[in-house]
Amino acid sequence: MPINYYIFLSLALFCIGIAGVLTRRNAIIIFMCIELMLNAVNLLLVAFSKMHHLKNAAINATAGTDGQLFVFFIMVVAAAEVSVGLAIIVMMYRNIHSVDVNFLNRLKH
Amino acid sequence: MSNVLQIVWLIPLLPLIGFLINGLGRKYLSKPLISFIGCGVLLASFIISIWVFMQVKGGNTHTAEYFNFISVGKLVIPFAFQIDALSSVFLLIITGVGFLIHVYSTSYMHEESSEHFGRYFSYLNLFIFSMLLLVMGANYLIMFIGWEGVGLCSYLLIGYWFKNNEYNKAANKAFIMNRIGDLGFLIALFWIIAKTSTLNYGDVFSNLRNLNQTDATIITLLLFVGAAGKSAQIPLYTWLPDAMAGPTPVSALIHAATMVTAGVYMIARSNALYSLAPISMNVVAIIGLATAILAATIALKQNDIKKVLAYSTVSQLGYMFLGLGVGAYSFAVFHVMTHAFFKALLFLAAGSVIHVMGGEQDIRKMGGLSKKIKITYITFLIGCIAIAGIPPFSGFFSKDAILLSAYENNKILYGVALLGAALTAFYMFRLLFITFTGQFRGTEEQKYHLHESPAAMTIPLILLAILSIIGGLVGIPDVLMQGGDKLSEFLSPVIPIKTSEVAHSTELSLMALSTVLVIIAIIIAWFRFRKYSYSESKGLGKVFENKWYVDELYKKIIANPLNKLGAFLNSIFERKVVDGLVNGVGKLVNYGSRQLRLMQSGQVGNYVLLMVLSMLLIFVLQFFLRK
Repeated sequence: MPINYYIFLSLALFCIGIAGVLTRRNAIIIFMCIELMLNAVNLLLVAFSKMHHLKNAAINATAGTDGQLFVFFIMVVAAAEVSVGLAIIVMMYRNIHSVDVNFLNRLKH
Repeated sequence: MSNVLQIVWLIPLLPLIGFLINGLGRKYLSKPLISFIGCGVLLASFIISIWVFMQVKGGNTHTAEYFNFISVGKLVIPFAFQIDALSSVFLLIITGVGFLIHVYSTSYMHEESSEHFGRYFSYLNLFIFSMLLLVMGANYLIMFIGWEGVGLCSYLLIGYWFKNNEYNKAANKAFIMNRIGDLGFLIALFWIIAKTSTLNYGDVFSNLRNLNQTDATIITLLLFVGAAGKSAQIPLYTWLPDAMAGPTPVSALIHAATMVTAGVYMIARSNALYSLAPISMNVVAIIGLATAILAATIALKQNDIKKVLAYSTVSQLGYMFLGLGVGAYSFAVFHVMTHAFFKALLFLAAGSVIHVMGGEQDIRKMGGLSKKIKITYITFLIGCIAIAGIPPFSGFFSKDAILLSAYENNKILYGVALLGAALTAFYMFRLLFITFTGQFRGTEEQKYHLHESPAAMTIPLILLAILSIIGGLVGIPDVLMQGGDKLSEFLSPVIPIKTSEVAHSTELSLMALSTVLVIIAIIIAWFRFRKYSYSESKGLGKVFENKWYVDELYKKIIANPLNKLGAFLNSIFERKVVDGLVNGVGKLVNYGSRQLRLMQSGQVGNYVLLMVLSMLLIFVLQFFLRK
């Protein structure tokens, strides 16, 4: 499959993610959208890594593997982030009985 | 030292050392020590000056370069001294008369506390140093340094009694008026640099062909503005009478004998330039003569002994400029010399009178002093005869030489100058008669204290009186003695000799005419002021007494508009524009930040939106800017 398809798919995913973050007010959905953006990037990394490998395998057997390794790092970081973020959301719900981010304007203080 | 010209640097250095010792050590030195240092350095300078004077005969010019003072691109101005006939004459006048006045001061100022005594002598020494720099410099820049130095010392010494605010104002006036003149001088220097790219006298005068008529005229006129400021000519003369606020020896030294003649020296030094510019010569002659007459008329009606002498100084300076203007440079220098003698004498004698009168300066409260203070009286009388111009006293020869040159140049100038000479005799003898004859009009206490001044004051008086009598003998005109004009001959390497074309019989009759006029003026003064009693003056006399209202005029047309402009700028420009600008910046920042604050809503969504928009913006910009 040509690389274009992967790029367009990933771009679409990313834009959906951004749109979700910007428009939704529910913290959980925002989180999901962020995950969507991260995964759009992961998809792109994997796609490019594969393309790279196909082109350079004759010269270098390990060409392109670093891109795939990177994906694992992103997944690990995303998992850590989600755990912290979900903890925050739980605390938020306990305090204000809502997960609507519009109620959260303490950042300006 | 075989050649004394190698040590000319000692002449100004000694007074500078005296200034440093007296100035820095004024709190620790005793008064006799201060006097000794102050006078001693000058005596040493004087002795070297005589020695130098002996060496420069017959056009022996010595230029000593010490270091490069300014070196910018092609312009190199060395710190150099030039000793020739002209500067050596001035060296003698400055150090000689200066020494006598220093000696006089030791007695005149003895009531000052030792700290102020030291300050006084350090200023005097600094003044002598600057004046020597002025006349010894080998280029206009060194002259300018000295020029500013003497202006500063003049300011310091006029305001010597700084607790009196009137005196401070007089000092300010002198300083500010001099600055106006100095600006002219400075511009002239820049002009010379622009045209000849040097300031050395020798190079400037040998490159005169680079100058066209207009340049020469402008430069000389600007130089004359400087000279008019320093030498108290119309329209910048009003500071000199006010400068009498300083101690009397200062008036004698700075405001009569030396500093105020700096302008004459400068023009005499630049005679080659002036000879190129006949228009400037005419301006100098006319302004000089106008000053001479104006000041003489004012002197007729003054009642302060020092003010009379001050206006007389202005008037005599006017004569010197008349001499310069008609091309008689050497006679102007001659008059500088004789004037230094008799005017220093008159001022010191006046100081002696003020001293015995316990500080009184108003001649209406004097009278009949001739019997009480004989030496002062006789020396003052000699000074009066000398300034009036009765042969064979010194003033006769110098003034007559100038009058004769004026006669050759223009009969009208001569006629007016002759009138001025008669006025001079009249006001000087008026002063003499009111002060020394008739009845004593002071208080009983002053009468009780009347006694001759101490020797430190009378000996300089006697020496100066002798000089006033014989000082003119160096310039006897040819008509009276063949080859008698030794001074012009001596100065001939610097100032070309001017040959007189007037027939000897005419010359003799002109001399007789001026002498007779002067004697008539003296006789009239004798009848009018022998038994003086004060009466209010009316009509023209009142105008004279009020100095032609020139100070008031200056106040009206210059000082007041300037003050008004200042007040206007203060209230409008300063308050509205400058303050508005400063406050406006503050207000703008305040307003801007208040608007920007709204962006910080605390809404995470807004922040993210902004972030995304900014990123998009950067992408778009990058896309367009890459080309």
